[in-house]
Amino acid sequence: MKPFRYARARDPQEAVQMVAVDAAASFVAGGTTVLDLMKDDVERPSLLVDINGVAGRAIVRAGDEIAIAALARMSDVADDPEIAKHAPMVANALLQSASPQLRNMASIGGNLMQRTRCSYFRDIVAPCNKRRRGDGCSAIGGENRRHAIFGGSESCICVHASDLAVALAAADATIHTNGPGGTRAIQVSDFYLLPRDTPNVETALHHAELISSVTLSLDPALANSTYVKVRDRAQYEFALVSVAAGMEIVGGTIRAARIALGGVAPIPWRVPEAEAALVGRPATAASYREAAEIALAGARGCGGNDFKVALAANAVVRALEQIGSAA
Amino acid sequence: MDSAIPELATAGTLPSAAPAAASILGPGEVQIELEVNGERHELSVEPRVTLLDALRERLKLTGTKKGCDQGTCGACTVLVNDRAIDSCLTLAVMHVGDRITTIEGLASGEQLHPMQAAFVEHDGFQCGYCTPGQVLSAVALVREGRMTGDDAIREQMSGNICRCGAYENILAAVRDGARRMA
Repeated sequence: MKPFRYARARDPQEAVQMVAVDAAASFVAGGTTVLDLMKDDVERPSLLVDINGVAGRAIVRAGDEIAIAALARMSDVADDPEIAKHAPMVANALLQSASPQLRNMASIGGNLMQRTRCSYFRDIVAPCNKRRRGDGCSAIGGENRRHAIFGGSESCICVHASDLAVALAAADATIHTNGPGGTRAIQVSDFYLLPRDTPNVETALHHAELISSVTLSLDPALANSTYVKVRDRAQYEFALVSVAAGMEIVGGTIRAARIALGGVAPIPWRVPEAEAALVGRPATAASYREAAEIALAGARGCGGNDFKVALAANAVVRALEQIGSAA
Repeated sequence: MDSAIPELATAGTLPSAAPAAASILGPGEVQIELEVNGERHELSVEPRVTLLDALRERLKLTGTKKGCDQGTCGACTVLVNDRAIDSCLTLAVMHVGDRITTIEGLASGEQLHPMQAAFVEHDGFQCGYCTPGQVLSAVALVREGRMTGDDAIREQMSGNICRCGAYENILAAVRDGARRMA
């Protein structure tokens, strides 16, 4: 790692201020993303502002809402009984993420800010528009088995790495921030940005804007939910494809549905047309298959990842079957 | 808030108590105190020194191993405040005030920790390089009450790679070690 300066902020305002005055400064919480990228020389912050002391790590339920502190660790949230009961797809996504050690280290805010695992992005001798705009995308025409079937552009076909973000997208979660301009609340659907011709810009956050918490609004489709992750090995592996799905089923009829796909796009990929197709339909295998085909209708492989289209459709069916039979 | 930002320091001291004002330290060496296996150590490290390198290179606690150095293999596993972490992906300066346990801190004198004894008995290794990390992950999974069966062991040990492939014996050792720790 290149030399850098370090400071421990005492409160969120101080952390934001310290990063705001230095364009090359970064926050650090668990460190599992930023230090990894610094070792690979992909990120070179001049200053790391340690935010571990600026706030608590609580997960608090108040009425129909659960607020998760951004500094809560992945394992804290995965083990929380309220999350497991009211938002199982969030707990399931976290339990299938990373390794036990990394789940003990990585914060929720950091998990949402992690960067793509595209090997070209992490290999500084390979051209990558995300690292330096205009250099080209090595994955297009290169090794792209793990890459996007939705939402890619001429400049980038990476996939987003977070399982949690997929579950939060399906849950319509809200991300709360502290920044130089004050506080704001951002829907997950507005938080992640498609690469278009600026793949270096990944989220709606401004420099020095710090995630403070994530809130979930509880509803029956979130309570009856699951996260299916398909990967090359059973543990400690990123998704080839994944599905966060929830359904409210009353008397055998689907009243509401939530579906988002992971491992298929540069952002968590919500599929509203497939959700709409389920509402009012019987909770049967035929309904699930039809929704899966709608969900994957616009998908396009780029060679190495063509298999993901059928794999993702089957994963949608499997997820819906799991929560269909549980209801 | 601008006036609260201190002048850039090239070195400094990070006390265990919260400072009156957040100081910007480094990139030169910073004086820190780490509590490892119940003992307090004073050392000087640049902010970029990982906890792993501080343990191995400064405190000469070489039981903690460096494998991949990127959070993939688990050879560097230590317990921080009783939770298993990868010491390669965290900075030494971030652990002032924490309780750190390394493999050297498990045994009582010549008396092996029950999990260490189980690894010996079941031959839960070949070359042994991954073993300190394996043992610490195993101790953490038992202490955290996650020992619910073989599937739980496989998941909770998934962050520790054994290139020799001694997994069957590791599984047997963790099963038995959990019984001995009960």
